[in-house]
Amino acid sequence: MIDLFGRLEWQELKLLEFFHDPSIDTAVASGAAWMTVVAAIAVIAWITWARRWAWLWNDWLTSVDHKKIGIMYMVIGFVMMARGVFEGVVMRAHQTTALDGGVLSNEHWAELFSTHGTVMIFFVAMPFITGFMNYLIPLQIGARDMAFPVLNQISLGLTATGAALTMISLVVGAFETGGWTAYPPFTGADFDPGPGPDYWVWAIALSGFGSMFSGLNFAVTIYKMRAPGMHFLRMPVFTWTALCTSILLVFALPPLTVACLMQALDRLAGFHFFTNDLGGNMMNYANLFWMFGHPEVYILVLPAYGIFSELTSMFAAKRLYGYTSLVIATMSISVISFCVWLHHFFTMGNSATINAAFGIATGIIAIPTGVKVYVWMATLWGGRIRFTAPMVYMTGFFILFVIGGLSGIILANPAINWQVHNTQFIVAHFHNVLLPGLIFGIFAGVHIWFPKAFGFRLDERAGKITAWLWIVGFCFTFLPLYFLGLMGYPRRSAAFDNPEFLPYMIVCMLGALMLMAAFAGLFVTLWVSIRKRDELAVPLGDPWDGRTLEWATSAPPPPWNFAMIPHIGERDAFAREKADGRPYVTPEYYEDVHLPPNTSAGLIAMVATTAFGFAMTWWIWWLAVASVLGFILWYVVHSFREHPEVTIPAVEVERHHAAWVEAATLNEGVTRDDETNSRNRGRAATDMVVAS
Amino acid sequence: MSDQQTNMHPGLNLGYVGGGKHEESKVFGFWVFLMSDLVTFGLVFAIFGTMRNATAGGPGAHEVTELRSIAIQTGLLLLSSFAFSWASLAMKYEAGRWRFLIWFSVAATSGLGFLIFELLDFHHLIEIGAVPQRSGYLSAFWSLVGLHGLHVAGGLLWIGVLTLQILKFGLTDTIKSRITRLGLYWHFLDIVWIGIFSLVFLAGVA
Amino acid sequence: MAQVDGFLVPFGPVAEAQRTELIWTTAITMIAILPVLVGTPLILWWFRRGNTKATYRPQWHFDTKLEILMWGGPTLIIIALSIWLTQAVFRLDPYREIDAEMAQGMNFEITGAPVAIEVVGLDWKWLFIYPEEGIASVGEMVIPVGRPATMRLTTDTVMQSFMAPGLAGQIYTMAGMVTRLQMIAERPGTTVGENTQYNGTGFPAQRAPVRAVPPEDYARWLDNARDAPALDAETYAVLAHSGDVAKAREDLDRPGDGPLVFSLADPRLFDRIVARYRRGEPVEPEAQPGSPLYRPDRAPLPEVSR
Repeated sequence: MIDLFGRLEWQELKLLEFFHDPSIDTAVASGAAWMTVVAAIAVIAWITWARRWAWLWNDWLTSVDHKKIGIMYMVIGFVMMARGVFEGVVMRAHQTTALDGGVLSNEHWAELFSTHGTVMIFFVAMPFITGFMNYLIPLQIGARDMAFPVLNQISLGLTATGAALTMISLVVGAFETGGWTAYPPFTGADFDPGPGPDYWVWAIALSGFGSMFSGLNFAVTIYKMRAPGMHFLRMPVFTWTALCTSILLVFALPPLTVACLMQALDRLAGFHFFTNDLGGNMMNYANLFWMFGHPEVYILVLPAYGIFSELTSMFAAKRLYGYTSLVIATMSISVISFCVWLHHFFTMGNSATINAAFGIATGIIAIPTGVKVYVWMATLWGGRIRFTAPMVYMTGFFILFVIGGLSGIILANPAINWQVHNTQFIVAHFHNVLLPGLIFGIFAGVHIWFPKAFGFRLDERAGKITAWLWIVGFCFTFLPLYFLGLMGYPRRSAAFDNPEFLPYMIVCMLGALMLMAAFAGLFVTLWVSIRKRDELAVPLGDPWDGRTLEWATSAPPPPWNFAMIPHIGERDAFAREKADGRPYVTPEYYEDVHLPPNTSAGLIAMVATTAFGFAMTWWIWWLAVASVLGFILWYVVHSFREHPEVTIPAVEVERHHAAWVEAATLNEGVTRDDETNSRNRGRAATDMVVAS
Repeated sequence: MSDQQTNMHPGLNLGYVGGGKHEESKVFGFWVFLMSDLVTFGLVFAIFGTMRNATAGGPGAHEVTELRSIAIQTGLLLLSSFAFSWASLAMKYEAGRWRFLIWFSVAATSGLGFLIFELLDFHHLIEIGAVPQRSGYLSAFWSLVGLHGLHVAGGLLWIGVLTLQILKFGLTDTIKSRITRLGLYWHFLDIVWIGIFSLVFLAGVA
Repeated sequence: MAQVDGFLVPFGPVAEAQRTELIWTTAITMIAILPVLVGTPLILWWFRRGNTKATYRPQWHFDTKLEILMWGGPTLIIIALSIWLTQAVFRLDPYREIDAEMAQGMNFEITGAPVAIEVVGLDWKWLFIYPEEGIASVGEMVIPVGRPATMRLTTDTVMQSFMAPGLAGQIYTMAGMVTRLQMIAERPGTTVGENTQYNGTGFPAQRAPVRAVPPEDYARWLDNARDAPALDAETYAVLAHSGDVAKAREDLDRPGDGPLVFSLADPRLFDRIVARYRRGEPVEPEAQPGSPLYRPDRAPLPEVSR
């Protein structure tokens, strides 16, 4: 008889854990499970009540519009971030009680730091940057969509699969406990036969395929679909960083996939890649993981650099200083990022020569990074700086990121690394580079491009308060960890025995509460802005006096982005048009626009791979086979069908475009003094005088 | 736009589809995919390299290498690639759907032959106890050879599906573009096999 | 536990050199960072939109001298740091035994022969074997002041990382493999021999004091240990079971608390532990200490020939 449920049994349901064995610990576990289930039911109920299913299906889930896919990535990111932030706060709360103990069980603590890391890297940071690249690349290069719109949707589906599996692990069974790096042999079958590491393996491997395909898609889009005249050296800097990130995605994801699948073979089929016995060697895992892991850092942070580059020049109202330097620096970082992975394990007993070589390589990567910071400073120099919410993030980024850079240089020296590796110093360091470096950039970017996507600005005051909360909260939460690390407190430790640590923990806890408030602040900002959306509306599409092509569309842009594919004569094309007094031109003629039709490919991929991942985790073999065969079969049948493109008639394009141009021409535009008040309708009276 | 646009894929002999620009993107995208796949193979090769001596007292390179069978497999795979090239030429010079399909099926048959011999080898390995659970070396060996085998199996499925599509639709532009990508994939697997052949088998017994 | 402040309060030359590295690296890097920390607020303030006195240069986008400074400055700093770093890596290489040459170069004194210590990481305690002295200790490492400790390390379970911050940095320990670490104490003191690599629920407990004591105290400690019950393969199998030192005391029927000492019945115990994973036979979960299925009676250690 076929085993219908594999090794899955009723007691794996976390919902009931608290009732079997009531304690603070199980209350947190069961509470999280209930929260997940209730939230899911509430969302479904709301959609049903509001009769939004058709809207959700037609306008979003089956859409292949890169803008909508980008927004869906951001939604995944924010939902998962809610979980990640909450876990962080629970961990910090635990640490304040952890002098010789702590409220949570050690097992649960381990699960928390493992899921927090996994969720934040793979299902918050990755969806955020993928979302931004999706939204912006075609708009910035003057294209109508991605090179492969259906593949784009499948990538989204695979990312959703990974996120779904980590959420399911909250309710059924448990996640792994070996940290986001999941080093074997601790996560091997000999030491952890349970479902946790399997959840990790499949969530990461499946979403990893999605990320690889995203990278491929972006790279091809940028290579092949730029508007005529947009040479490589005329591309906006964000597009440059996106290109480098895409190349990194294509080449850096395979090591992760290989590591995950080998780990899966070890666990499921008794192979010996990373086991203790029979020639297995966990050092191979460490190498594979960090061959992915280090480029990953730059995959995440490069697009944020791109956002910072765009926003400095935008809010300083001047041309970007040192474009070529920035491009060279970005390219160098991408190349060098593949040559430094060993600095994650200087402590593995490598020869001094190898340690020194990788230490130096790590130092070298700081050179282009430093250049970038100087370039941004030079961009601000001689500007007319408006201190808007994105600039608040930018300021926090500047000050804090160089501190992260300093700790990076410290860590690059193996002799010091031997003392601070695996301590809280590391925890402080990577939060220091990822929070100000990546997350601040994302939030600044959200503030800037939200009006483009939804047609109204975000409330400036709420946005600024939120930004300050992030900055101050960050300082309180993570800077003390540097000192704890120097005092030798290891990372991932549930308890400590040195009473001197306690004051630091309390400061961290206060910071964590601020960060939670800051996270809530994002939603407050959104709520306030939605209520004031008429006042904040910027339908003409250029609220910040932008320089690049995406601002030369209405807000939100039409599904076809551009009525006519623009011809590019120089960098910052839109800024030039405005300076010359000839923006918003009506083309001589209009053409029909062809767009790819909606498809459910992404959803099918998501359902099939989630079923597969779940089946492999719980050994439900029939479901694993069925989901793979079903997916292949669907795909084969799909390839036999014709997929006629949707044609938007020229008159429709003309109607939309003419209405927008007319409105823009009638509006005389606002100067930057009125940027953040209700007179700003998205037509900029430009400050920029272009010397010709 | 005008009809002056250059056909970006002369090798495909496509009809007029916007200068073949989108098809060219697809082929380029497929190249990028192959590069990523090559990194995957490269890494498994590297892991195999570090595990060459991790036999843990179990069967080593000499026991797992059956040179005669490997030679046959190599021959079959090369033949398959060769036949595929003829199929591509038949497509390019519009020699007709049947000429194309004959070469196409030669490629498929010899690919299938390769797979059968590989499976026989695997069967033999199981018989002599050289299973992947035996040692790190064998884990890496099975993964590397098996990964290539899985790729070949996937390629065979792709050939089958395309054959049906050709029978149904004929050699349309879309299908020609698909065949081009399949061709890249098929020759790519040949190159990977040359790597396996020399680094795993020849170097193993040398 | 006594005052433990990590390598910021070192009592051995290796950790001291590491602290010096930290201070100098920070200082040199500051050259690149201070301009940003100071300059950014000033630029933001001076070039604010409201300031009519500031010159607005919207088209300024390149300056050769500035470019040279931007690229050249960090490059010079990195070159300096790289030279610095390479010297440090070779000088403090954990595989390089502490000898007279090193003592001369780093200006400290060696007053006796090296002490060989073999460290086995267990879940969740450290076993320190002194093969030449014929003793072993669990949960505490003692070294005599002025004599180098030459350590070989492994683990009999998952990967761990041994660090004694007041004396030296850390090194990973991996099953079936041997890594090395060197340290020497210049004066008496206590630091913590901690595991920094998460290895399960008992992880926070895996902290053994590392004490540097005067030679007389060391001799007394050795004598005391030689009178303790013997550590042979059978006792080891029980000791290796997952659990902290207190649990080991319970399992071995050795009441009391604090670190455990043994006389060493088998001087090759360490090599036999390493050999467990190198026999060419599967080591079932039942035979792997640290596995939830571990059974001491099913985990014989292989014999090793010298």
